[in-house]
Amino acid sequence: MSRATATDLVYLVAIVGFILALKGLSSPKHARLGNLVGAGGMLVAVAWTFSLPAVYSHTRNLVLIILAVAIGAVIAIPAARLVKMTAMPQMVAIFNGVGGGAAALVSVTEFISVPGKSLAIYKICEILFGVLVGSVSLAGSSIAFAKLQEIMTGRPITYPAQQPINAAIGLAIVALLIVTVVTASTTVLVIVLVLSLVLGAIFVLPIGGADTPVLISLLNAFTGLAVAASGFTLDSTLLIVAGTLVGASGTLLTRMMSQAMGRSLPNILFSAFGSVVTASGEGPDAEGRSVRSGTAEDIGVLLAYARKVAIVPGYGLAVAQAQHTARELADALAARGVEVYYAIHPVAGRMPGHMNVLLAEANVPYDQLEEMDDANQDMATTDVALVVGANDTVNPAAKNTPGSPIYGMPIINADQATNIVFLKRSMRPGFAGIDNELLYDPKTTMLFGDAKDSLSKLVAAVKAA
Amino acid sequence: MIAAAPGLMTFITVFVLAGFVGYEVVSKVPSILHTPLMSGSNAIHGIILVGTMLVLGQAHGPAQMTLGFLAVVLATLNVVGGFVVTDRMLHMFKAKPTDRKRAADAESTDGPSGSGSSAGSGSGSGTPS
Repeated sequence: MSRATATDLVYLVAIVGFILALKGLSSPKHARLGNLVGAGGMLVAVAWTFSLPAVYSHTRNLVLIILAVAIGAVIAIPAARLVKMTAMPQMVAIFNGVGGGAAALVSVTEFISVPGKSLAIYKICEILFGVLVGSVSLAGSSIAFAKLQEIMTGRPITYPAQQPINAAIGLAIVALLIVTVVTASTTVLVIVLVLSLVLGAIFVLPIGGADTPVLISLLNAFTGLAVAASGFTLDSTLLIVAGTLVGASGTLLTRMMSQAMGRSLPNILFSAFGSVVTASGEGPDAEGRSVRSGTAEDIGVLLAYARKVAIVPGYGLAVAQAQHTARELADALAARGVEVYYAIHPVAGRMPGHMNVLLAEANVPYDQLEEMDDANQDMATTDVALVVGANDTVNPAAKNTPGSPIYGMPIINADQATNIVFLKRSMRPGFAGIDNELLYDPKTTMLFGDAKDSLSKLVAAVKAA
Repeated sequence: MIAAAPGLMTFITVFVLAGFVGYEVVSKVPSILHTPLMSGSNAIHGIILVGTMLVLGQAHGPAQMTLGFLAVVLATLNVVGGFVVTDRMLHMFKAKPTDRKRAADAESTDGPSGSGSSAGSGSGSGTPS
């Protein structure tokens, strides 16, 4: 068997591994196994690649490759292992971005390694596609990372004449792409690269923080396509298939995610979410209204003598690392015979499924977790809805205020519970940056403070009651 | 143009077929797995690492060397970080008894809504107690 055939066979094994990985990741039972199979396929493919003459024939280059892999691994392993579960979304964003960057660099390097005019036109097109999409993914993911890490504001960023400016940059890129195909000029390619980075950034700036997960999923699909483009450039079936698999499944996943938020993808991408002004400018002034805040003791008694309590966790619970304390409270209540369940919004936390991960980490029993539709059926018979660090996911404006940016998003109907208790640090609006009517509802009691402290106080109060 | 590139048509065929496979293979995903799936497929496109290795292996001159080196570092970050983060997420979904509690719920919610509230002694909510 020739080496080329052997290589193709090994790469085919890796491809099968990737398909099985995606399949496994779609079902709770086989998800972990699926990921390991994918990692195994990757390991086999990379290990075999070291045996190719193209990789080891120049010793100096081989040393550089090993060094670069070592540097990457030394940075990535601790970063991925040590990052808090709450910061997972931005880690996914940045790991996706660097993949896009790598794909763009492969295309650029391939372009400059072939002397000027000898590239076929379709090769140049493949390279340009890789550079364009890879760079957009890198820049977009970096901005998404900055938003989630709160290096910059999570609110949509808008500036005058945004649409015309974006359109102008888009048109400039299209024009330059044509110029590159005709002239095969490296200088023009570099300009395309820079403008693509700018395009990626301005594409993401106006997208609100709450929509960032959908955005990351979309950029993930973009990176897949950029990798497929690199595969065309390098004549590699492995890269084409793996990249396309991610591109296609990522596109579908993006659609499923936006459906979970009750919004269409174009709406998320181009509505600039935050005509925030119109949303917060309506209705009575927030300052003029009163909110009722209670003491931990009062609320403890309320909870201890309830029959049924719903805990509605949100990102605030996650940042305060309060998932363990929340479980203590649930245990203390259960010990008194109170029925406790967790009402999980599909996008609670910062990403779909994020909250399930965090609560599972705290060993919350699976059967206490209720997905939104189930929880909403139970809400009318619930005595107390204890909202811990959530805000937008219980905001009735999503049902009642057609002008609101979150209008149409499915919410947990905490407003249907007999009593509502909010554990919140302040009256500040949530990630989407809009006011929540429910905070002013006469049924609502506020307990201000860090979610973890407040929950500890409530545990003590429930035990004392 | 296509006549000049015998392999191209095959690659395009593979591309189209892979697109359908990718679309079909994840057709039904429960929302709790959206994040792990995104993270896992993020790791898979780290296969660009193989491409970056081939490019750096054949690189000549400082410009190509530098770009290629950077590409390998970035691709390794993507692969290693992607799989490790996904594994950590999925580690949280250990096999657990998943008896659905819906049936049990249906019987326990006998009384009319809110009738059992004991809020009166507490923070004095607006509920008639």
